[in-house]
Amino acid sequence: MTRVLKYILYDILRTRFILLYTAFLFISTFGLYQLDSDAGKVVLSLLNIVLMVVPLVSIVFSTIHFFNSYEFIELMLAQPVKRSTVFLGEYMGVACSLCAAFVTGVGVPMLLFGINANALTMLYTGVTLTLVFVSLAFLSSVLTRDKAKAIGIALLFWLYFSLIYDGLLLWVVYSFSDYPLEKITLVLIAFNPVDLARIIMLLQLDISALMGFTGAFYQEFFGSYLGMVLSTLVLFIWIVLPIALAQRIFNRKDL
Amino acid sequence: MKKLLVIPFLCTCLISFGTAIPVGSTHAVKTIKQAIEKASHGDTLIIYPGVYREGNIVLEKRLTIIGKDYPVVDGENKYEIFTIHADHVTVSGLKFINTGVASINDLAAIKVLESNDLRVQNNKFENTFFGIYFANSTNCRVEGNELKSDAESEHQIGNGIHLWKCEHMTLDNNRISGHRDGIYFEFVTESLITNNYSEGNMRYGLHFMFSHNDEYRNNTFINNGAGVAVMYTKGVKMIGNTFEHNWGPSAYGLLLKDIRDSFVTGNIFKKNSVGIFMEGSSRIDFKENTFSENGYAVRLQASCDDNVFERNNFSANTFDLVTNGTLVLNTINHNYWDHYEGYDLNHDAVGDVPYRPVSLYGMVIEHMPSAVLLWRSFFVFLMDRAEKAVPAITPDNLKDNSPAMNPYDFHKAN
Repeated sequence: MTRVLKYILYDILRTRFILLYTAFLFISTFGLYQLDSDAGKVVLSLLNIVLMVVPLVSIVFSTIHFFNSYEFIELMLAQPVKRSTVFLGEYMGVACSLCAAFVTGVGVPMLLFGINANALTMLYTGVTLTLVFVSLAFLSSVLTRDKAKAIGIALLFWLYFSLIYDGLLLWVVYSFSDYPLEKITLVLIAFNPVDLARIIMLLQLDISALMGFTGAFYQEFFGSYLGMVLSTLVLFIWIVLPIALAQRIFNRKDL
Repeated sequence: MKKLLVIPFLCTCLISFGTAIPVGSTHAVKTIKQAIEKASHGDTLIIYPGVYREGNIVLEKRLTIIGKDYPVVDGENKYEIFTIHADHVTVSGLKFINTGVASINDLAAIKVLESNDLRVQNNKFENTFFGIYFANSTNCRVEGNELKSDAESEHQIGNGIHLWKCEHMTLDNNRISGHRDGIYFEFVTESLITNNYSEGNMRYGLHFMFSHNDEYRNNTFINNGAGVAVMYTKGVKMIGNTFEHNWGPSAYGLLLKDIRDSFVTGNIFKKNSVGIFMEGSSRIDFKENTFSENGYAVRLQASCDDNVFERNNFSANTFDLVTNGTLVLNTINHNYWDHYEGYDLNHDAVGDVPYRPVSLYGMVIEHMPSAVLLWRSFFVFLMDRAEKAVPAITPDNLKDNSPAMNPYDFHKAN
């Protein structure tokens, strides 16, 4: 397993994309800190990067990487190695490198300009979102044999979670606006990792005061011990479920 | 000849100032109560340093009470300290501590009942239930007092400066913190409130109702539980005040409810969750105010009409303006908006395209508060962009037709 992981990490580093991604994150975070002296606002601007760019890059890069190393996977499977070892090795390799890129790119400027609870939450949500979307990418990769189709599915996942789902959510809120919706929306939010990450982040910043009653309700939930454990658990499910499903398909697949 | 001149001079002194009675442990008169008993109208009591525990002190004579180096008058957590029922009384330089706390009676450090021409100057108040309390009085001055309290919840504490049914009052340069309402006015008319500093009070920094024709200048209201609330009043002038950091789910920089024919000019609203919240208010002029870093700069309910917003600076607010209806009866013109993206072809410093301060998402959450959970999502961003390009849902005529290209500099004149 560790040896497989080592080969994959070497392979990823050789493509240099990860380095570019790290540099992009580093420069944008650094630039934001220089533009604005208020650390709270920087975190708010970074939120857009974390919610949009990180999932997109994670999912597209992982899908492309999976198909590019298809021959390597086939070769490995010809050896006396378990399928799950190779597959999980691939996952770990990609996930680790993307997370490392994110933590370095965003974390180092944060350390330079002063780290606080908000920044730590941001790192946490960023890493979790990366893991979730790498999982989804692997799922879309094993669903089809065709690279273009797989990227299409991956993009659809991204689009669904960052845009379409919110539209549906607004429609639900609009249709049932006469009813108390707090608890229901709380459940609905759990079905979208991007929304969940966004709300956790917003409640960290003190702008949650603007969110009125709903904000207060959410604050109470996510601020409690139970809420923290539950939200972490839900995000964890979002990481594990797609990759478990993908592995199941991969194990039975005729390559 | 000289002696002859001195005699009339002394006489006038006696008439106008009376005699001075020193009070203190080293003097003939040991307690304030004794001194008041001995004194006749127009006398001056000079209180020397020490701690005076005398329960409730009732004052019904025209006296001047002056404290030397802040003698402490202690209410022992049981009593109201001074109850004044006389005209032309001056109380200055005393330090009042620990009044009683009661739910039925409004125990105060200084309570003034039905009296005129009083002065309460340069006193200190610590842990008083009500600090200074005026009922049915006119023509009094409250200046340079410092009120501090550290109660933990609203029901354990009264208001800092509490005025009920008064006229021609002047409040100047007082500092109030930790009370329920910093300054509370009910039925107080024709009064002047200047240079006060109200910080960290439980409920409102300033709270007034039915207080017509008052003027508020250069006061500062910072970090109060719910900001400043003013209600059911006409003819108010609020000029040059600062409303800062009144932050919370139900906190407002300035809450205007049923206010008519008033002026809100040259104020600074900074870092409030809501800068101004208006309900049922009409004919108010908002000019040359600065709104910066607020959650909502202005929440204008559709029940307001004939208000004018002119030459204000709006910068770095999350929402500039939010309203809950499509009918627009207010005028918004010549303001500076930092969210404005228009252009100025002829360089007259006025934008050529109107600015619409109400965003679609602002409208949506006003109607459906739970939609707030989509805040800062990509979907909302796209929705707002689309609405900006082709306004369909936001009120069509709620716009600034001549937005300023550059922020106004209101301090240039000074």
